[in-house]
Amino acid sequence: MQKEDKLIIGGHEFNSRFILGSGKYSLKLIEAAVKDAGAEIITLAVRRANTKEQENILDYIPKNVTLLPNTSGARNAEEAVRIARLARELGCGDFVKVEIMRDSKYLLPDNYETIKATEILAKEGFVVMPYMYPDLNVARDLVNAGAATIMPLASPIGSNKGLATREFIQILVDEIDLPVIVDAGIGRPSQACEAMEMGAAAIMANTALATAGDLPLMAAAFRQAIEAGRKAYLSGLGRVLTRGASASDPLTGFLHD
Amino acid sequence: MENQYFVDSEHLSPEALKRKHELETNPASRKNHMEYLPGMEIIESEICETVMSQMKAYDYSQYTARDVRAALDHETCSVEDFKALLSPAAEPFLEEMAQKARLETSKHFGNTVYLFTPLYIANYCENYCVYCGFNCYNHINRMKLSMEQIEKEMKVIADSGMEEILILTGESRTMSNVEYIGEACKLARKYFRMVGLEIYPVNTEEYRYLHECGADYVTVFQETYDTEKYETLHLMGHKRVWPYRFDAQERALRGGMRGVAFSALLGLSNFRKDALASALHVYYLQRKYPHAEMSLSCPRLRPIINNDKISPLDVGEKQLCQILCAYRIFMPFVGITVSSRESASFRDGIVKIAATKVSAGVSTGIGDHESKYTGKEADGTEGDEQFEINDDRSFQKMYEDMAEEGLQPVLNDYLYV
Repeated sequence: MQKEDKLIIGGHEFNSRFILGSGKYSLKLIEAAVKDAGAEIITLAVRRANTKEQENILDYIPKNVTLLPNTSGARNAEEAVRIARLARELGCGDFVKVEIMRDSKYLLPDNYETIKATEILAKEGFVVMPYMYPDLNVARDLVNAGAATIMPLASPIGSNKGLATREFIQILVDEIDLPVIVDAGIGRPSQACEAMEMGAAAIMANTALATAGDLPLMAAAFRQAIEAGRKAYLSGLGRVLTRGASASDPLTGFLHD
Repeated sequence: MENQYFVDSEHLSPEALKRKHELETNPASRKNHMEYLPGMEIIESEICETVMSQMKAYDYSQYTARDVRAALDHETCSVEDFKALLSPAAEPFLEEMAQKARLETSKHFGNTVYLFTPLYIANYCENYCVYCGFNCYNHINRMKLSMEQIEKEMKVIADSGMEEILILTGESRTMSNVEYIGEACKLARKYFRMVGLEIYPVNTEEYRYLHECGADYVTVFQETYDTEKYETLHLMGHKRVWPYRFDAQERALRGGMRGVAFSALLGLSNFRKDALASALHVYYLQRKYPHAEMSLSCPRLRPIINNDKISPLDVGEKQLCQILCAYRIFMPFVGITVSSRESASFRDGIVKIAATKVSAGVSTGIGDHESKYTGKEADGTEGDEQFEINDDRSFQKMYEDMAEEGLQPVLNDYLYV
C-alpha cells in the first residue's frame, strides 16, 4: 500500500501542497483557494491585517486553515523580526514567511538579511519559511539558521512568467533536505505541475488565481496540476531522452569481468 | 488660451494691492526663483539635471505611430518608449494602451484599490501662487485647527472606517510650523495606520523629525517642471524657490520616510513635458533609492473660491487617461492616485485601468469633517477650501462603489516599522 504523502513543515503535517500567497486577496479568492484548490495554508500580510470591523482579512480565513503571516514591508532583518513578533501577538501562530525586500520595483528578496532574520526567529521558536532568490549557498545558510522550508522564487513576483530560475531550483531540490516550496511567478497550472515534477514540495501562488476569469475553475486546475506533478515525481519520472535515439548495442558491451 | 488668474479682492489694503500688482506685472520685482532662501538645505544630487535635460530635449512631435506600436509591443517599456506613449501619435492607440496598462496593474496590484482621505489642518499661506485658493492675496476664511480640533476631526474620520490619512496645510511656516505638524502626526498615529504628509517642503532633519512623529509618506507637487512658467505662477514666498521643491522627495527619503509621491498640476504648462518630467523624477529617484515606495498622481487645475474660471485647458479626460496609461506601462510598480478633482465616472473608469488609490470622504476645507460626515450643523468656524472638488462621495459610498465595480477596496497595506 502506498504510504500517505504528507507535506511536513516544522513538524506540522499538511495534505495539500498548494499554498495561497497574499499579494491580492478577496473573499472569493480565499474561498476558491480553500474549497477548490484545497489550500490548508494561507499567507497573510501582517501589514494588511487589522483589528477594525471592515474588510479584516482575518475574518475571511476559515478556522481549520493554517495562517502563514508574512513580513512583507520589511526592508531589513530587524524590521522582519518586529513584524513577525507582531504577528504572533495578533494571534497568528508560530508560522512566519520571511520576506525582506529593499527594492520596490521588482520586489526581489534580500537573501543576506533573510538569513539574519531566519536565525533570530528560529531561535524564538517560529516555524520560519524564508522567501529567497534561489542560491545554493544561501539555502545552506538558511538550513543552518533553522529554517523549516526554503521558498525560492520561480520568477519575479506577480509576473506569471513561470520557472525562469528552473535550473537553480532543481539544484536546491537536489541538495537541500528541507521542503522546497516554489514561490512567486507561477502563472499557470502547467508551470506548477512542472515544478512539482522536479521535486518541489509545494507551490505558492496568488496572482495566477487572483487575476483568473473564473476563480474556482482556476483553483481546481491548480489543485489537479500540483497533484499530477507530485504523482509524477513520486512515480519516478520515465526516461527522457535529451536528444536523438539511444544506441541499441551498449557501448560498454565489450567489458567482461 | 490661457487661464486668467489675477483677481483683486476688495478686502486688500491699497498697499497690498499695489504690491500684488507690482508682482503680477513687473518680473523684476520678483525674487530669483532658482535661488535658495536662507535656511533652505542644499543637497548634492544629480537627479534634477538628469530629469530636466531630458524634459528640455523632449520633442513629442517627432514620434510616429510606428514608435508607439513598437513601444506597445516591447515587453519592458524604455524611457524612449515612454516618450512615444506620451506623444500625440499615441492618441489613436488609447484603447490599446488602456488594455496593456490594465494588464500591468492587475499583475502588480490585482483587483485592489486603496482608499484614503485628506485632512487639511490649516489654510494659512505665505505664498502668492496665482492658481491656488489658499494664496495669500485671496480673501478666504483662514483657519488653523487646535490640537483638540484636530483630534475631533480625526475621530470623526476614523469612525467612518478610514485607516489612512493625508495631513495637509497651507504653506506657512509661521502659522503651521514643523512642531505643530509633528504634534498632528502624533495624534494621527493614534487613530490611523498610515499617516502621509502634504505640507511645504522642509529640510532633511525636519523630515526625520516628522517621521519620528509618525508620518511615513511625503507628497510634494512640483506643480510644473517648466521653470520659466513656474516663475510666472509662483510670484512670492518660499514656494517660489523651484529647486528646493524639486529635491524635497530626496530629502524626505534621506530623512527616513518610507515613500514619496510626485505630481505636476496639469493645465499650468505643457502637459506632455510635465508628465514626462514627473515620471522621470520618480524613475531616477527609484534607481537611486530602490527601497523607497513611489507614487504618482495627476491632478488637473480646478476652479477656486473667487475664481471659478480656472480650468485645465487642453488637458481633457482623454489626455489624462493617456498620461495615466503611459505612467502605468512605464512603471508598473508605482502607486497611482487619482484625486477627487476628477469626476466620479472618470475615477470609476480609471481604477480599472491604471489608478490604484482614490480619496474618499474628501473636504479641502478646514475643520468641517464633523458637519460633512455627521450632518451636524457647522458653528461657523470653518476655514475655506483649497479648490472645488468634483467627486464628493463619502467613504462608505466609495467603498461600496468600488466593490460594485468588482474591485477589492483596501484600507491599509502598511505597517509602521
